[in-house]
Amino acid sequence: MSDHYIRKEDAPLLPPPSSVAGPVHWIRENLFSGWFNSIMTLLAIYVLVVTVPGLVEYLFINAVWDSVDGKACRPAAGGGPNPADWSGACWSFAKAKFGFFMYGFYPDALRWRVDLTGVIGAVGLVLLLIETIPHKRWTAVFMLFVYPVIAYILLSGGMFNLEYVETNRWGGILVTLVVAITGIVVSLPLGILLALGRRSKMPAMRFASVLFIEIWRGVPLITVLFMASVMLPLFLPEGVHFDKLLRCLIGVALFSTAYMAEVVRGGLQAIVRGQYEGAQALGLSYWKTMGLIILPQALKLVIPGIVNTFIGLFKDTTLVLIVGILDLLGTVQTGLTDAKWFSPNTATSAYIFTAAIFWAFCFAMSRYSIYMENKLHTGHKR
Amino acid sequence: MNAPVNASNGGEGVQAENAIELISMNKWYGDFHVLRDINLEVKHGERIVVCGPSGSGKSTMIRCINRLEEHQKGKIIVDGIELTNDLKKIDEIRREVGMVFQHFNLFPHLTVKQNCTLAPIWVRKMPKSEADEIAMKYLERVKIPEQADKYPGQLSGGQQQRVAIARSLCMSPKIMLFDEPTSALDPEMIKEVLDVMVGLAHEGMTMLVVTHEMGFAKEVANRVIFMDEGQIVEANEPEEFFNNPQSDRTKLFLSQILI
Ligand SMILES: Nc1ncnc2c1ncn2[C@@H]1O[C@H](COP(=O)(O)OP(=O)(O)OP(=O)(O)O)[C@@H](O)[C@H]1O
Ligand SMILES: [Mg+2]
Repeated sequence: MSDHYIRKEDAPLLPPPSSVAGPVHWIRENLFSGWFNSIMTLLAIYVLVVTVPGLVEYLFINAVWDSVDGKACRPAAGGGPNPADWSGACWSFAKAKFGFFMYGFYPDALRWRVDLTGVIGAVGLVLLLIETIPHKRWTAVFMLFVYPVIAYILLSGGMFNLEYVETNRWGGILVTLVVAITGIVVSLPLGILLALGRRSKMPAMRFASVLFIEIWRGVPLITVLFMASVMLPLFLPEGVHFDKLLRCLIGVALFSTAYMAEVVRGGLQAIVRGQYEGAQALGLSYWKTMGLIILPQALKLVIPGIVNTFIGLFKDTTLVLIVGILDLLGTVQTGLTDAKWFSPNTATSAYIFTAAIFWAFCFAMSRYSIYMENKLHTGHKR
Repeated sequence: MNAPVNASNGGEGVQAENAIELISMNKWYGDFHVLRDINLEVKHGERIVVCGPSGSGKSTMIRCINRLEEHQKGKIIVDGIELTNDLKKIDEIRREVGMVFQHFNLFPHLTVKQNCTLAPIWVRKMPKSEADEIAMKYLERVKIPEQADKYPGQLSGGQQQRVAIARSLCMSPKIMLFDEPTSALDPEMIKEVLDVMVGLAHEGMTMLVVTHEMGFAKEVANRVIFMDEGQIVEANEPEEFFNNPQSDRTKLFLSQILI
């Protein structure tokens, strides 16, 4: 038989040769695939060798984990127990002040109310974000409409026999989360409405939306906060008082609404006309077309932009500091003025601690958005 | 909810004589006069094929019938209801008129079945179980029940167009509009879509079809309408239309597409 290329028996199943898989191949493919990559790899190794040991020493080996004041974090010259060229993180500061960083001046005896609010919120969030858990609609209704009321009652008090706690005693992560979460929860729906308004066929709607967006987007957040905390009271009639934190919350929320509106509009613009026509031809009304067909697709497209705005908003909450509201960064800075804890290492490690907390929240948001994007991918090309 | 057979045309109590009536209908895009004095009557159960050169206004005409485009002069009466700016009437008409597009316009974020049940549930307020049942019935009818849980992006063009037809049928329309339903498809998929349409025609559906599939026209059309430069230039029974065209423009057009 001459057709020798036809197989008579099954070919054996073999493991891949080491040039296709295995560590050597991986290193060659990923680290030394050309002269440029090789140089970059060597450079990176050099930078790591120079920095990592010092960092590990500072963050872990030399770090002071337990102490009652800043003395243990000082080198000999400052009256501390350590050698002259010693430096190490002063984690004991963050540990000692942790309650302050969490709650600010919220009264000790009442902090369980903050904890309870946090626990309810966290449970609700988990129920919402994990997709295998049923009854999403009810959880969402609860979280959007009932939970804010519960949170307000618990945090503020003044009713149901709960002692009233003024917002200027709130502080730390509590304030950071209150500002950020309010901003996020308000800015997404309002931003969607504004984006729809800006694309509306009605000139008045369009004009109002554009005006709102351009005004808020064109002003620095700091200005907004100053306006809210200093200027606004001047315009309010005598005797009308409303809370400074609340004013800042509204300022932050509307500010991020303007950004959100533009992100959403970007998504709306990517939806082809055929989608609107398909929906209209079936008899769907404007709001049903938007809610069932256009927005689900548009929002999915701009998840990265939405999360980007959320993350920006989360970090911008630190700006409330300058109108005298103590967010996490504010409490850390207030804590640093405590002379008992003075040492050359206190400030650095306190800021590292703050940065780590902010990073953890932002990273979590980023990861969740990637997960969502993958989940919502339905195999259609665009 | 719907009244029995003959009594559901805008509350007038009698079946309107014509399914669609266009009376001296005109439309402009800016200064451009796209549709010029269109007069057309489509009887219930009638199948009409519309053809004509590219840019002659075929799509624009049938898109006016369910208000995807607005006409500026003349009257459009669909199943006894005159199309005006009254949103209620527009909604009413859209519920009775199904449309199939050249590019399918399926909703990519929903499964095939969800595409089909969406309008019955949200527009007809049908319970989900009933909508599911109807969706499966029509998916079987277009011969793709096994794809019900896939997303449109995972189907071939011919399958997608059949889903689009099923999606329209789920609203139990009285009239179906087709705008070049096969011209975005590969040749081997055209037949599967045409077969479904022929089936519909034999069941007595009122159909207005823009297409260049002359085989389809010969097989099922009661009338073939030829449009050029925004006007209806010729209308005739298929036999006459193909074998004995009257106007020179029709002759030219036919000579080009029939090669
Ligand atoms: N939105 C629009 N704005 C301006 N002009 C338009 C618009 N839509 C269509 N036209 C013009 O109107 C004319 C008719 O278009 P229409 O789509 O109805 O043609 P058609 O007969 O369906 O052609 P085809 O066979 O290519 O689909 C064309 O000249 C087109 O350029
Ligand atoms: Mg066309």
